Amino acid sequence: MVMWNFPLHPPADSSLATHVDHLFYAWLALAGVVTVAVFFLIVYFSVKYRHGSRADRVLPARGKLRRESHRIEIAWIVTPLILFLGMGFWAAGLYYAHAAPPADATEVYVVGKQWMWKLEHTGGQREIDELHVPAGRPIKLVMTSQDVIHSFFMPVFRIKQDVLPGRYTILWFTADKPGDYHVFCTQYCGTDHARMIGHVVVMQPAAFERWLSSGNASQSMAAEGAARFRQYGCSGCHGASASVHAPKLEGLFGRRVPLSDGSSVIADERYIHDSVMLPRKDVVAGYEPIMPSFQGEIAEDDLLEIIEYIKSLRSAAPGAVR
Amino acid sequence: MSTASLPLPRNYLQEGFSLGSWLASVDHKRIAILYAISITLFFFIGGAAATLIRMELVTPAGDLVSAETYNKLFTMHGVIMVWFFLIPSIPSTFGNFLVPLMIGARDLAFPRLNLASWYLYIGGGLFTIGALIAGGVDTGWTFYTPFSTMFSNTHVIAAVCGVFIVGFSTILTGLNFIVTIHKMRAPGMTWFRLPLFIWSMYATSIIFVLATPVLAMTLFLVAIERFAGVGVFDPALGGDPLLFQHLFWFYSHPAVYVMILPAMGVASEIITCYARKDIFAYRSMAFAVLAIAIIGFLVWGHHMFVSGQSIYAGIVFSILTFLVAIPSAIKVFNWTATLYKGSIRFDAPMLYLLGFVGLFTIGGMTGLFLASLALDVHLHDTYFVIAHFHYIMVGGSVMAFLGAVHFWWPKITGRMYSDRWARFAAIVVFFGFNLTFFPQFLLGYLGMPRRYHEYPPEFQVLNVLSSAGASILAVGYLLPLFYLLWSLRYGPRAGPNPWRATGLEWQTSSPPPVENFAAIPIVTAPPYQYSATDDR
Repeated sequence: MVMWNFPLHPPADSSLATHVDHLFYAWLALAGVVTVAVFFLIVYFSVKYRHGSRADRVLPARGKLRRESHRIEIAWIVTPLILFLGMGFWAAGLYYAHAAPPADATEVYVVGKQWMWKLEHTGGQREIDELHVPAGRPIKLVMTSQDVIHSFFMPVFRIKQDVLPGRYTILWFTADKPGDYHVFCTQYCGTDHARMIGHVVVMQPAAFERWLSSGNASQSMAAEGAARFRQYGCSGCHGASASVHAPKLEGLFGRRVPLSDGSSVIADERYIHDSVMLPRKDVVAGYEPIMPSFQGEIAEDDLLEIIEYIKSLRSAAPGAVR
Repeated sequence: MSTASLPLPRNYLQEGFSLGSWLASVDHKRIAILYAISITLFFFIGGAAATLIRMELVTPAGDLVSAETYNKLFTMHGVIMVWFFLIPSIPSTFGNFLVPLMIGARDLAFPRLNLASWYLYIGGGLFTIGALIAGGVDTGWTFYTPFSTMFSNTHVIAAVCGVFIVGFSTILTGLNFIVTIHKMRAPGMTWFRLPLFIWSMYATSIIFVLATPVLAMTLFLVAIERFAGVGVFDPALGGDPLLFQHLFWFYSHPAVYVMILPAMGVASEIITCYARKDIFAYRSMAFAVLAIAIIGFLVWGHHMFVSGQSIYAGIVFSILTFLVAIPSAIKVFNWTATLYKGSIRFDAPMLYLLGFVGLFTIGGMTGLFLASLALDVHLHDTYFVIAHFHYIMVGGSVMAFLGAVHFWWPKITGRMYSDRWARFAAIVVFFGFNLTFFPQFLLGYLGMPRRYHEYPPEFQVLNVLSSAGASILAVGYLLPLFYLLWSLRYGPRAGPNPWRATGLEWQTSSPPPVENFAAIPIVTAPPYQYSATDDR
């Protein structure tokens, strides 16, 4: 039995976690005041005005009663409105400030699948149900799902984000100090949902560097991606020496791509994903829709490596998409 | 009561004793009884699933049932409790029984449609029970895609059909109530002389009619994607999984208000009666239920703060959610103010409803935690959410439902139950409920996710407390079955108005005659004619 292991407060390991705790305790205080006031009045009136008590029950005259009631009503409509909205804006401000990751955040790729988390660092180190990160450095998780919707939840940082098939969602945090904490899947995803759990291991930066180099990586994620790019035959059309009229991928990532229907789209992870899996969705202007779909052939984690490879082609030749 | 020279009018229970006289009755009072029996049955089926869930969660390991079974249990618990108990609970039983009586009418506007609603309810129930017997469903009551459409190997279509059919039952009930309240009020029963229970039924009916069709369409799309592989929600088929969540919560958030608005109506009837006071600020109370019903349609996105929805949408939905909290807060304050200078008695219905106000306050306040964006990111899909909505739906709606059962029992059956036992049951329910669900707030903040068959060991103590509370709560729910059934045979006769209440339903005999009133009453005053100073 673990009866002595009985926390009432979760560990916190980021400045956001501390801010969220402050918000929580502020709400607890406000809700506590309101609830205690309501309870106190119910009990006080119940005792004082119980049937048969000698309390004075004569109400003021009708006009006076109405005026007083109106005044009380306005007070208890306006006061909670201001307080609640104030708290709401505080919470929204915190949420907004932490919506976008810093530009220098270290990326880690995450694929959720029934019922495991597969992670890959840009250096090519792979992990399952474990995430090693250095303390003090912003970490950005780029997440997608192989099958159903999952959700990546790290209570210690007070953050979670749903992980969707066909989309890339972002979760970022900066851990303060080393530790080993829970990761939970919080979006119900089928039979072993409760076993789709893991750890986030926060390490001192030096120890993290050692962990990276002692890891299982043979080459970087982009290099893995380059191998996949050849393995799945992508290079046959999109490679430098290909004769097929296919969009070139150098410098593609992050650029605006004109489409054949006259619209345009920013080439992000989702665009590349959909171009591989659903090639008829966004056809680049000036090209025939001749690309076959790789749906069911490329796993999401392999595709992430290909995306990382395409990202690495970023600076090679500007204006490569013609 | 009537004098010896006048024959007593036949009451609705004496109208016929055969099964056919019940199953083919178009009397709103008999249909209410049919609903009462059916929803009670579903309540105990859903409760049995909850019992197994709480037993499993006593230990961190998944050792009582398999993960698959556990997932099917919480799915059936949710599906049955939401669609086959909570949503129809007060409207279909007390709404059916009381709407005509309270407004001075002889029946609902469309009596046959009313009976058809019950048959649709039973039809939907049979589909759902069929899915249960055939092996169950493991999607959760929310049927999130693409899990429900492409990945679950269970009887999703049968369960979805059940919910689809029962949806039409509530649409028709809502339609019936709206027409009845508009067209069949007794002479002198103006809108602002309506009992607040009628206002709450009116607001509820608006949601029934406007929101339920969206659910029907959504479930239809789930069924065709699953059955025919038409890509609507699954991205592998070119669909959008978040589209489902938008459509589902566009219905299901208003549906939450369907579960609580009727309870609010019951509270206003019972608190005034036992406090011997007119309701504080009648018009605010009436407008508050309408405001909740309308703003309730604009807050669905607060279920999706971490779903991948735009952060700007999140901010708008968050602010709207704070706005919808205000009319609820007004109601709590007004009930409390109604007690001021009252002459308060603590019969069982009043105990239930005072419990309702307290638990609804906690449920409402914790809802504001969840409406707060940065905090919801942590609390979403944890036990904090479970605790919050059980405070609203069980602490709120079920307490009010039980209060209503005890308040109108003498009117419906003509018999009095043991008040001593009833008060005891109310107290057991209150304490059992708090012990069950309060620890879940702590579990949620600690980070325990919902729908977990097994969990890390540090969560065990709070889970044991919760399960202990659940066993007390179960006793509290079983007790009324015994003393209420006992009262049917042995209870003293109630007389027309045992609580000296002032609603029209109390001005006719108990049980009411088939035609409700010997002559249609003429209304000359607002509903709550109580005086605390004259109360002896």
